[in-house]
Parts: sequence; structure tokens; C-alpha cells
Amino acid sequence: MMGLEIGILGGIAVALLGIAVLLGAARLVLGPTVADRVVAADILTIITTAALVWLALVQDSAIVLDIALVFGALSFVGVVAIARALEKRS
Amino acid sequence: MTVIGDIFLLVGAVFLCLAALGMVRMPDVFNRIQTGTKGSTLGALSVLIGVFFHHPDWWAKLVVLAVFVLVTSPVGSSIIARAALATGLRPWHQAEDEETV
Amino acid sequence: MTRRFAMTFAGLLFVWILLTGTLAVQEIIVGILVAAGTAAISIRHLQWLDDVMLTPLLPLHLGRYFFTFFKALIFANFDVARRVVTPGMAIRPAVVRVHTELHSDLGKLWLANSITLTPGTLTVDLDGQELLIHWIDATPGTDLETATREIVAGFEKVLKEFLK
Repeated sequence: MMGLEIGILGGIAVALLGIAVLLGAARLVLGPTVADRVVAADILTIITTAALVWLALVQDSAIVLDIALVFGALSFVGVVAIARALEKRS
Repeated sequence: MTVIGDIFLLVGAVFLCLAALGMVRMPDVFNRIQTGTKGSTLGALSVLIGVFFHHPDWWAKLVVLAVFVLVTSPVGSSIIARAALATGLRPWHQAEDEETV
Repeated sequence: MTRRFAMTFAGLLFVWILLTGTLAVQEIIVGILVAAGTAAISIRHLQWLDDVMLTPLLPLHLGRYFFTFFKALIFANFDVARRVVTPGMAIRPAVVRVHTELHSDLGKLWLANSITLTPGTLTVDLDGQELLIHWIDATPGTDLETATREIVAGFEKVLKEFLK
């Protein structure tokens, strides 16, 4: 495995991304309503998309960019589906 | 070039982190959507720009990703906000006596 | 219908070239076939493409829009960041109604998205010619005229140049 040299700035940035994921996960667990959890999931998927793009850079493989794109598309459809279901049910 | 890229990556991570912090700190779902969407959109864009400075030959896919994030993220948050309003959640108010819509 | 097909085909072929990242002849030929097939199947559902006014000045208007938009997006982020890190609640939220002069669906969608990504505002619902907006700091006033002037006017002026 080559790569994975991210430097000091990169290290700080990865730590910040980790904190962001933890904070988002906290809102996902705490709720209190379904809408709050959906928002948290939405933000977490955007953070994950950004992290995947970053992973593409660290591993130096453009194929991960395609994974990020498909992941983003699927999670968008998921968020819309949950929101529509929530709206219909009420 | 790589230093500029690193700075963009760092700025992006800071905005993503602030978006997540806003999610935790804000008092109701509408304000959470506000802070969450804006911060995460610019954060993701900044990360994309940072990666572009490291790897200019990936520009085409990065442009597709950037357009995708710019179009879907506001639509997603608007639709959640509408669902939240439909489920009967009402916006949080500083003062008790202000009227709602 | 022809116009709609041409726009869909051009857009799809452009995305195809971006995704494959090459101008090799065999890739372009497959791209033309795929784009033509997809466009033929989907144009029946793409009525919104008729809302774009195709003029020679379109690139100029788009450029002006993106300039306004990115300025607002960056300002919005610093604004939100300030509110998030300020101790206590630095917000004064309210839900307000605003009025728009854009009549087409695409125009309203575009305006709603722009409003969501600009300082302190979030589009909650569309209702005919009115938008329901959550405003994080409604200090200027919650009546329709003030809110419309503060939130909508800037973007509407730019968008009206190329959308119905």
C-alpha cells in the first residue's frame, strides 16, 4: 500500500472530519424527532462524500470519485424517500 | 500548489465541522437544517477544490461532483423542512408572545 | 419538442464526456448513441426545459448568477459560523411569506435553492406565487413586502434574465 502521507495540515483536517462525524452521530442518536434524525443523516452523508473524495486523493485512485458520486446519489434518493414518507404519514 | 490544496482541504474540514457543531447546538430542526446545509455544502465544495489543486487531471469528475452537491443539498434540506412542518413541528421562538404563521 | 431534444442531448453528451474524461472517437460514438437514446425516452417528462430562455446572452447571465451566488454562499457560511460559535442563542427565527415574479416551475425551484444556500434563509414550501421561508434572523420585519425585498429581490433580478 502506498500513499497515506497526509502531512500535518492533512492530519488536522482528518481529525476535524472525525469530530464532525461524531457530532453528527450525536444528533442522529439524540433526535428528538424523526426530522432531526433525517437531517443528521443528510449531513453525515455529505461529510462522508467529502471524506470519500479525500480518500481518492490519499489512495491516489480516481475510481473512489465514482464511488463518492454513486454514494451521494443514492443517499439523496434515500433522504427524499424518507421525507416524502414522513409527509404522507402525517 | 499542494500547499494551496492543503489549505482548501483544511478550510473545508473546518466548515464541515462547524456545520456538525451547529446541528448539535441549534434549538430546533429548522435552525439545524439552516446551519447544517450551508456549512456542509461549502465544506464539501472546498474539499473538492482542495483535491483539484492536488490532482488537476481529475477536474471533470470533480466538476460533476460539485454540481451534484450544489443541486441536491438544498433540495434535500427543503424537502426535510417541508416534511417537518407537515408533521406538526413549529419553529422555535425566542420570545413566547410572538405569533407564528 | 425538437428544442427540448437538442438541449437534453447536448447536456447528456457533455456529462458523458466529463465522466469518461476522454475525447477518443469510440467513446464519443457510444456517448452519442447513449445520449440520443436517453433523450428520446425522457423528453416527455422534461417540460421544464421550455422554461429556459435560450438567447446568445445566456452564458453571460449564468456567469452573473454564479458570481452573485458564490458571493452569497461564502457570506452565508461566515454568517452561520458566527452564529454557531457565539455563546447563547444568536438567532431570532421566524417563518415568513415572500412573493416571487417567476412563473415557471424551474424558475421557482432555482430561486428556492438559491434562497436555501444564502445567509440565514431556508425555503420550506412553495405555494403558487408565494414561498414559505424560515428566516434565522427576522429583525428587519416579518411582513410580506419587507421579507420579499430582503430575501428575494437580489436573486430574482438575475434569474429573470434567463428564466420565465
